[in-house]
Amino acid sequence: MPDAIVEVSHLTKRFGDFTAVNDVSFSVARGQIFAFLGPNGAGKSTTIKILTTLLNPTAGEITLNGFDALHDKDNARKSFGIVFQDQSLDDELTAYENMEFHAVLYGINTEVRKKNIHELLVLVELWDRKDSLVKTFSGGMKRRLEIARGLLHHPKIFFLDEPTQGLDPQTRNHIWHYVKNLSEEKGVTIFFTTHYLEEAQEYAQRIAIMDHGNIITEGTLEDILKKTGEKTLEAAFLKLTGSDIREESASSLEAMRRHRQMRGH
Amino acid sequence: MNAIYILWLRELKRYSRSRSRMIGSLGQPILFLFALGFGLGPVFQRAGQGNYFQFLGPGVIAMSILFTAIFGGIQVIWDKQFGFLKETLVAPVPRWQIMLGKTFGGATIAVLQGVVVLILATIFGFRPELGLLVLALTFMLLIALFFTGLGISIASVLADINGFQIIMNFLVQPVFFLSGALFPLNNLPKVISNITAVDPLTYGVDGIRGTLTGASHFGLAIDITVLLILVMIILTIGATLFSRIEA
Ligand SMILES: Nc1ncnc2c1ncn2[C@@H]1O[C@H](COP(=O)(O)OP(=O)(O)O)[C@@H](O)[C@H]1O
Ligand SMILES: [Mg+2]
Repeated sequence: MPDAIVEVSHLTKRFGDFTAVNDVSFSVARGQIFAFLGPNGAGKSTTIKILTTLLNPTAGEITLNGFDALHDKDNARKSFGIVFQDQSLDDELTAYENMEFHAVLYGINTEVRKKNIHELLVLVELWDRKDSLVKTFSGGMKRRLEIARGLLHHPKIFFLDEPTQGLDPQTRNHIWHYVKNLSEEKGVTIFFTTHYLEEAQEYAQRIAIMDHGNIITEGTLEDILKKTGEKTLEAAFLKLTGSDIREESASSLEAMRRHRQMRGH
Repeated sequence: MNAIYILWLRELKRYSRSRSRMIGSLGQPILFLFALGFGLGPVFQRAGQGNYFQFLGPGVIAMSILFTAIFGGIQVIWDKQFGFLKETLVAPVPRWQIMLGKTFGGATIAVLQGVVVLILATIFGFRPELGLLVLALTFMLLIALFFTGLGISIASVLADINGFQIIMNFLVQPVFFLSGALFPLNNLPKVISNITAVDPLTYGVDGIRGTLTGASHFGLAIDITVLLILVMIILTIGATLFSRIEA
């Protein structure tokens, strides 16, 4: 791809003898909104954790914003922001302190820090709650704060792993409003996963569908609809991934525990 | 370096906001001072060993530092479970700096706790000499750093909090009881004496006792050298294990 900001080639991740990501290759163009879809357990979060340097792959190569994400980690890390699938705020700190913590870790100097924090907390409508402890926040407020925090260091790529999961339609709408603006005005590349297929249908410029660790299709919405002969993304998705129910995997920690028990450790 | 500072600050903020942790951690030292101090004091005196509070004070100070430090280090497991660890692990900061910041934070809290217990002990009748107070604080800091580092090292390899009880019963409690915090080190049976000699806390207790009461078993130079080496080793191990965490 001419101007790819995310390039993944032959990525594989095994946990023991279970293959969570199986020789996956794809790329995302700079400035694009990219939807990464798939049923529970497909391997989406695992892929995102590897892309964001949290997990080491078993094999494969990754380039983020021109940096080798496996060897030049710090430069790769500066290039992206992330909202994880599971909450990752410090509940015992205030909203402002969570933002400040992030800013210091990313080396943002005091003046820029104050300005950026103010701007972002206003954007996600949390400025008036900036001094409240995060443990007093609702799920939607926490999500908005995580989005603000992820943008604090002006990343070029923004990873959002199920950012709207479990939120009411109003909050989801707001979140998509910020994200879309970000893409249009700042040219930030958006890489998101969701189970609300209408979000992908409406906002994504390119879609990849993953199942059992493999990317089974990739293209624009039109490509995928044409290929499957369906009228909606949801129908195409079900056609491609089958209709049997996948168990919701608990947090990766729990998965690890189960995995160990299975193997008799 | 700012990263180390902000991680240190976070530990202190979390601690200062947790009244229950602050008050709860004073219960054990008070119980030891009260029950052992008054309970064994008369026997100790009759055996010609002098005032037991004078002996026990440094031991209980070291105990409170040991438990606070280990507990502070183990917090990393909660950070894993509640997700916040991921936020620090994706930051463009060398992992060893994150580990050091956490260690300094946990150790600072443990030393503060030790100072509070020192003051409490004086209420019970402990009479420290304050001439070497700075050196006593140094010993407190060294054991605080060592055991916070140990806690973080352990937390880095544990998947969840289930192993915590095992660590407490088979590591932390023996380290405390076999450190000479409660009994004098001279004329011990060979087995016990060998075990106390390899217990890191022994040198901390001895150093604190030596600086605050003038009665040191090994000598302050040996105490401080052993502890400095142990702190270097554990910080290296901890930084290495912490750097390997995958979330
Ligand atoms: N740390 C781990 N240890 C063992 N298995 C894991 C671990 N993390 C994820 N898995 C397994 O890998 C598969 C993919 O998980 P994940 O990437 O979270 O899926 P998705 O995000 O697409 O729902 C699941 O079967 C999950 O149980
Ligand atoms: Mg997931």
